[in-house]
Amino acid sequence: MTNTIRRACAAACMTLAFAASGAIAQTLKLGLSSEPTAIDPHYHELTPNIALSHHIFETLTRTDADLKIQPRLAVSWTNRDDRTWVFKLREGVKFTNGAPFTADDVIYSFCRILNNETAVSASFTDPIKNMEKVTKDGDHTLVIVTKSAEPLLLSELSQTFIMSKAAVKVDKVVFDPGTRCGVTTPWPTVAQFNDGSLAIGTGPYALKSYTKGGAIELVRNDSYWGEKPHWAELRLSAVPNAGPRLAGLLAGDFDLIENPAARDLGRIRGNERFAHVVRPSNRVIFLQLDQREESPFVRSDKGNPMRDVRVRRAMSMAIDRKAIVQRIMDNAAAPANQFLPGEMFGAMPDAPELSYDPQGAKKLLADAGYPNGFQVTLHATNDRYINDGQIAQAIAQYLAQIGIRTEVDAMTRSIFFGRRSKREFSFSMGGWGSTTGEASSFLRQWVATTDKDSGLGLSNYGAFSDPVFDKIIAEAIKTIDSGKREALLREAGKRAMEQMSHIPIHFESTIWAFRKGIEYKGRADQMTLATDIRPRG
Amino acid sequence: MTLFIVRRLLQAAFVLLMVSLVVFFAVYAVGDPVELLVSADASAAERALAIQRLGLDRPAWEQYLGFLGNALRGDLGRSFVHGTPALELIVQRIPATFELVVLALIVALALGLPLGLVAGLNPERRVGRVIMTGSIFGYSLPNFWQGMMFLLLFSVWLGLLPTSGRGETVDVLGIKLSLFTADGLRHMLMPALNLSLANIALVIRLTAAGAVEARAQDYVRFARAKGVRHSRIVRRHILRNILIPVVTVMGLEFGSLIAYSTITETVFAWPGMGKLLIDSIYQLDRPVVVAYVMLVTLLFVVVNLLVDLLYAALDPRVQVLEPAA
Repeated sequence: MTNTIRRACAAACMTLAFAASGAIAQTLKLGLSSEPTAIDPHYHELTPNIALSHHIFETLTRTDADLKIQPRLAVSWTNRDDRTWVFKLREGVKFTNGAPFTADDVIYSFCRILNNETAVSASFTDPIKNMEKVTKDGDHTLVIVTKSAEPLLLSELSQTFIMSKAAVKVDKVVFDPGTRCGVTTPWPTVAQFNDGSLAIGTGPYALKSYTKGGAIELVRNDSYWGEKPHWAELRLSAVPNAGPRLAGLLAGDFDLIENPAARDLGRIRGNERFAHVVRPSNRVIFLQLDQREESPFVRSDKGNPMRDVRVRRAMSMAIDRKAIVQRIMDNAAAPANQFLPGEMFGAMPDAPELSYDPQGAKKLLADAGYPNGFQVTLHATNDRYINDGQIAQAIAQYLAQIGIRTEVDAMTRSIFFGRRSKREFSFSMGGWGSTTGEASSFLRQWVATTDKDSGLGLSNYGAFSDPVFDKIIAEAIKTIDSGKREALLREAGKRAMEQMSHIPIHFESTIWAFRKGIEYKGRADQMTLATDIRPRG
Repeated sequence: MTLFIVRRLLQAAFVLLMVSLVVFFAVYAVGDPVELLVSADASAAERALAIQRLGLDRPAWEQYLGFLGNALRGDLGRSFVHGTPALELIVQRIPATFELVVLALIVALALGLPLGLVAGLNPERRVGRVIMTGSIFGYSLPNFWQGMMFLLLFSVWLGLLPTSGRGETVDVLGIKLSLFTADGLRHMLMPALNLSLANIALVIRLTAAGAVEARAQDYVRFARAKGVRHSRIVRRHILRNILIPVVTVMGLEFGSLIAYSTITETVFAWPGMGKLLIDSIYQLDRPVVVAYVMLVTLLFVVVNLLVDLLYAALDPRVQVLEPAA
């Protein structure tokens, strides 16, 4: 008798325990390294904002973990000609307010982005400003005609979030920027998204609560059209300080955290309760060299030595990238031989290694007419990239070994970026994440000769200019055919490396740490997406 | 009395004006927020649009006059980063910081006063020496390190308290407070202790020093000679007299804790004003920084006024003097 009771109790207790652990496991608690600044998906183009938006809202296309384009709200697309795109939209998709998703919602969202007065930056308008016509052909076919050939349209659309037209009580909308698209009601403001009233999307999750500075809670959208996410609820809290964030994981307050410091990984490496993933990102850390004849921080016997390609190559050869990656980055980085990891679109699959050769560097420097080197100041941030201050110090010491006396001036990013854009530096260390996942991103932004009207070379603060390169890149960025474009981009990348327009150092890796029992593979664009976090086993 | 208050308010207005001038130009001289807000691949037109929208295309003095005019109407500008009024952003964060500081001061007084009295009344005994030596740790350990050690001890090793955030809140008169929920209190305990440790030490030292001095005073000796009970002497004659410096210092500490709880709030990701300030400084969110400093100045002015008035209540000999006409 007592045995039976005991057995019955044991069974009941077990069930209870399982039920309890089941309920706990259904909520995924994420410790973010920075807080999204708004729920509004068209507000500010920042990684945390975009990542959050991907949970609540959806886009026509999406990029997978390797930044390859995949369908999402658009099922398929074709090019009628270089400027005309036809998108077949997904049918049977509903917003969380019950309204069906149609081409009108896409047109309304485009119009809202163009007329978004509360947005911080106008980056979201970029793809849409280049659209001449957007028309629908039935509810589920969308035709976009661009003003000029736009090979990156699919990539741009993967960050253009679609909101519900019905949520703002708009009946008719026509894509016509001149007449506010025929919309007479006021455009939605960031506050309406933040208070939840317009946080209505087709995404896998819906907003439950949002407190600025506190936690963001999301619940699973049970009528989601795609694969149902595993976690019933999400709780996103931002803990910007790496130490306390890791403590939160160790204490069980978080299931997964972003960006633990690489030097702290030893704390969890030997612990079987935790696991982590290190994923190379598309962010390259590089040196920018001033090419102007008069450079403010260069002191040498004759002119600006960095105008000579031999000097630029010598500087690259003086740097031991492997040592930097091992000793300063704790292996959470990969040495860079070009500006985008080799497996990405348009990068060189077999870029020649930039090896460490101080003797060769000295010789090259002497050949260029600077046997005694020269003097320069390296400007860097000390709070923007991982270990940036230390990397700058190491580079200065490497350069000193071949006779280039390098002084380091590291400063906070809020000062650095302003000064750099005023072209106050001779030699600076920067970072660039190719969000489009394409080699064109770095090359057109940093290497191309500055031409503000066509948006080329906007960050070419060192005034590097190579007509051969300019010709290739200009051709590449208007080529729609992806095979041809890829070949052109590889050629452009090769030319930039031959000329050593900039000196790449390494690609930062992104680290995620999580408790055992779940798995996350990470993404090249550094986003944390709960839909990709799965229970293990 | 009324004249006194009016005079103080006029002084306060002058202080605020001067502070606004200094802070505005100091903050506006640093860095370029547009570089942080607008992505690097933005076109020149986009950049110009952002500069215009933020009002940064106008000369500094014009921006200042505009700010001053709006400030008089209670509008301290719009956050560059969040797009909402700076004042609203700060006011939303006040309850979190306020309740944390109140709890920290309660802890500081509840522990500091009795410990300080024991130490002050028994300065030669071992217990007194231990308390005084221990108090040195209270304010010599760096706040950040203390916080990390608390995290390690209470969260990682003992698993008792949550590491970050604010926990469950309840509405009290429309204000969200976590002081009154069990979950909220659990979240508050570590940050409050972290914030109060230095103040516990401060109260111990003030109380002990006061007690040593008061013990030797004639009125205490007279009371003892008269045969008044020891506990009554401590309560009525010693404690009451020591309270004045303690109240003064705690008043000032209250203000500075509210204004500069930055480190504690950063370690524990506590969504209060201190964290907002440090975030805003990093992001060059100028309107929030300026509004914050203005608000804190106002706070100090008000707290000092209240402390002056409290003196009068505590010690009838102190009088708020009317100026000679």
